[in-house]
Amino acid sequence: MEITMVVDGERVELTVEPRHTLADVLREQCGRTGTHVGCEHGVCGACTVLVDDEPVRSCLMFAVQADGSTVRTVEGLESDDGTLHPLQEAFVAHHGLQCGFCTPGMLMTALHLLDTHPEPDRETIRREMSGNICRCTGYMGIVDAVEEAARLR
Amino acid sequence: MKCAPFEYVRPTSVDEVLAALVAADGEGKILAGGQSLVPVMALRMARPAVIVDINRVEGLAAVERDGDTVHVGALVRHRTLAEQSAHPLLAEAARHIGHAAIRTRGTAGGSIAHADPAAELPVVAVATGATVTAAGARGDRWVAADDLFAGPLMTTLDADEMITGLDVPVPTRWGFAGFARRHGDFALVTVVVAEVRGQVRIAVGGVGAVPLRARAAEAAIGEPVERVAQLVGDELNPTGDLHGSAEFRRGVAVEMARRALASAGI
Repeated sequence: MEITMVVDGERVELTVEPRHTLADVLREQCGRTGTHVGCEHGVCGACTVLVDDEPVRSCLMFAVQADGSTVRTVEGLESDDGTLHPLQEAFVAHHGLQCGFCTPGMLMTALHLLDTHPEPDRETIRREMSGNICRCTGYMGIVDAVEEAARLR
Repeated sequence: MKCAPFEYVRPTSVDEVLAALVAADGEGKILAGGQSLVPVMALRMARPAVIVDINRVEGLAAVERDGDTVHVGALVRHRTLAEQSAHPLLAEAARHIGHAAIRTRGTAGGSIAHADPAAELPVVAVATGATVTAAGARGDRWVAADDLFAGPLMTTLDADEMITGLDVPVPTRWGFAGFARRHGDFALVTVVVAEVRGQVRIAVGGVGAVPLRARAAEAAIGEPVERVAQLVGDELNPTGDLHGSAEFRRGVAVEMARRALASAGI
């Protein structure tokens, strides 16, 4: 099927198989390998992207369903000159990652969290980020990073 | 894993959906939010030949109050349900569903049709005495929630029928209590208490094949809360699994019933 999406500000026209998930199409046909695929059945949260500004597990959405949508991935976070997004800076400063596998999903979920909860407390951060699993950090650094990014906004 | 190949159709009206289901001759599956169906397909536990994507069907995404009932379109997302104020019990239940990214996509109609006995909305539907509208080739029919759920992930709907919405009475008093080990997990036990048109109904999710009415407890309303909650537990016949033994689940059910009754002020 032919589909059209806007991915990180770039209009793309693709031919996809209906069974291909948005995650796979982003990675394999759009070169957006920053979006990570962990469990492939909606449990780990690593593949979270924003579709029309809302967080979505891109392994639970077929790419054909995103036809006509605007998709934002982790690779759209930094500015054109390579400056990291404040959220990314905060993750670096607070050791919000170790191996980094979960980080793309963490960042995209946190981005939406900050849009919808301008002044989140730690409990809110933990609750809203609970759909993203990290096996390295123990989450403390992630919560610290999101908290600081919220404070700096 | 990856899903098996399927034919994909994307109708824009209920009539087109029904025609696609008939054409699929029992091999079709409706795709709404996909938060339960796609994992099942990815694990190859389901491999429907035809996916009928209803996300672009018009007119199924409204939440409307009509007297003492709220109509919820089949495509209303959990996020919308959590944020609406027309039906506070539905809002509370929706806030307990999964995680933010799940609530973005998951739908009310899909949750009901999927009929997971541990899911939140089926328990609310049974507790409130909701009615489901099912469209089919022979026209619409209305199915009471009590008659809808046939078993785990099974309903009494036919393969060529489609849920278009649900009518959920607004309870005058209500309580919702669920226990999950981690935020966003399916609850081990969910108890919903709803007073609808003067009658108190109690439904329990997660401890049987379908959401269960606690009828003996309902009949004992007016007695002390602890006694009514105990009756909820006595009626259940839970099975144990790796998430908790049968007796643990019964104990949790009693406590959730106590909390739901207390928060309803009953």
